[in-house]
Amino acid sequence: MKLHKSIIFFAAAVVVSFLVTLVEHRLNPYYFQIIIYIGINIVLASSLNLINGFAGQFSLGHAGFMAVGAYTSAVLTAKMSSTATMLLNIPLFALALLCGGIVAAVFGLLVGIPSLRLKGDYLAITTLGFGEIIRVIVQNLDFLGGARGFTGIPKLSNFFWVFLTAATVIFIISNLINSTYGKAYPAVRDDEIAAESIGISSTRVKVMAFVTGAFFAGVAGALYAHFVTYINPAQFSFLKSFEIVVMVIIGGMGSILGVVLSAILLTILPEVLRTMAQYRMVIYSLLLIIIMITRPQGLFMRPRFGRHKAVVRV
Amino acid sequence: MSELLQQIVNGISLGSIYALIALGYTMIYGILRFINFAHGDVFMVGAFIGYYLTPQVVAFTGGNFLLTAPIILVVAMLGCSLLGVTIEKLAYRPLRSRPRLTVLITAIGVSFFLEYGGQLIFGPDPKLFPTVIPSGSVINTEYIIVGTGSIVVIVTAFTLMMLLRFIVFNTKMGTAMRAVSFDHRVASLMGINIDTIISFTFVLGSSLAAAAALLYASIYPSINPLMGIFPGLKAFVAAVLGGIGNLAGAAVGGLILGVTETFVSGYISSSFRDAIAFSILILILLFKPSGIFGRHQREKV
Repeated sequence: MKLHKSIIFFAAAVVVSFLVTLVEHRLNPYYFQIIIYIGINIVLASSLNLINGFAGQFSLGHAGFMAVGAYTSAVLTAKMSSTATMLLNIPLFALALLCGGIVAAVFGLLVGIPSLRLKGDYLAITTLGFGEIIRVIVQNLDFLGGARGFTGIPKLSNFFWVFLTAATVIFIISNLINSTYGKAYPAVRDDEIAAESIGISSTRVKVMAFVTGAFFAGVAGALYAHFVTYINPAQFSFLKSFEIVVMVIIGGMGSILGVVLSAILLTILPEVLRTMAQYRMVIYSLLLIIIMITRPQGLFMRPRFGRHKAVVRV
Repeated sequence: MSELLQQIVNGISLGSIYALIALGYTMIYGILRFINFAHGDVFMVGAFIGYYLTPQVVAFTGGNFLLTAPIILVVAMLGCSLLGVTIEKLAYRPLRSRPRLTVLITAIGVSFFLEYGGQLIFGPDPKLFPTVIPSGSVINTEYIIVGTGSIVVIVTAFTLMMLLRFIVFNTKMGTAMRAVSFDHRVASLMGINIDTIISFTFVLGSSLAAAAALLYASIYPSINPLMGIFPGLKAFVAAVLGGIGNLAGAAVGGLILGVTETFVSGYISSSFRDAIAFSILILILLFKPSGIFGRHQREKV
């Protein structure tokens, strides 16, 4: 039943995003841009939710995976799309998205392996370190443009690709979490030793969470790169990671719908509050502190039953 | 040869600043078992207190270094202590019995609040920290020139570290601190007021951060509200390197990190300066997560 419903949702999302794409050039470009950012942020926040919310591995390096995906795909399309015709661009872009995701997933594996030995604050700061190392390396690679950035990326992202990816992420995560196999994720999060004792391999769960999460962050990075057509390392600093973390926390770690809602809310909010842009981060951080003290389960989630009121545990 | 000596001196003076910040991390970790992410931003506030205070104090003392510097140092240390204690009271205390991840996220929130609140109050553009330490050199041979700046930094840092060591190991308050870090419950059964000790730890940590900030700003005089992020993260790495929760470890870790960083930026490339600390962190966590002086702790069910 659950799977059935999610297939209908997925199919509906694909059809709707395809139909919207046919009329997307009629939309006001400003609103269109916000809508695209909403889609990309849904992908980023949902994929981080898998790592932070479901598997309980607090990661602060999501922007690093995004950067890997963005640069990988940008190198691919910028090199090849000049010779390709419009028709060839579609499979080329699909390939670029896939490659961006796969290379990011490899990096996710590299980060996931040390995560087996680390917990909580150590893991947070190590992933932050990984993200920064990726950024510094990109900054020093000349063929990627270094600190000047990478230009000449064809504008291939459209409504269809962005929301297809968003629907795919939600589809995969909700089915994964409701499957027998996926029940292992919250089990490892809530009590690793107890999970191990009933035969769950916590190693596999953690590494899979990182690899899957990083894959979609990479795809999101690729979508982003092919929308803005210019990327530089500063766009993927740990401020970006922090922004995604805030989305997950406000939505409620481990809540699929909550995180989607907060990704939408936190993309629109800064645009509405544009006149008070300098207060944005102050408001974000205050919100974070207040939510942690009063509603640690997030804005959109009911407290869970049990010994501990909070969903998050180390 | 002379360049090598020079790099070592620069490394030690940078490293002793990292050590001061790292001591704050390590003490708070020892007592509360969480990383106070906002520590680097308390450091930043210390630099800004110095920035606004120095002209006033100089007008009062006439610019005599031996008179000016201690006044600024003490006021900045008091200001940051107040800030540290307030943060602990408002943000961390309500969460004390909560899961550690909740506290960690709150600490990140506090950190960003100070950074961007700082941008609103102080303005986002970098400011030039006034020169207090007289220029010139103490040692000037053909091999090596040691400026007054480096000497003041190293001497101040080591004096403060000795003072901290005295407080922690030779006073009643320090004994209580060590008791609390060993076991909260048992310590409170022995009549120790946990809240007071935690506040006191924040006073010590934050005032060391303030001192570190003034020294740092006298070497790198450009200050801005985001300046605390990297020194803060690097000092954390130093604390982990030495074994978190261990005072001597934090000092040694700070020195190692400072010297390594100076060498990398001197001999390889300064653009890798910020990445080196994280690489050290990852290596340490992979091969010896308890740090140089740390003891291995077994996980219990």
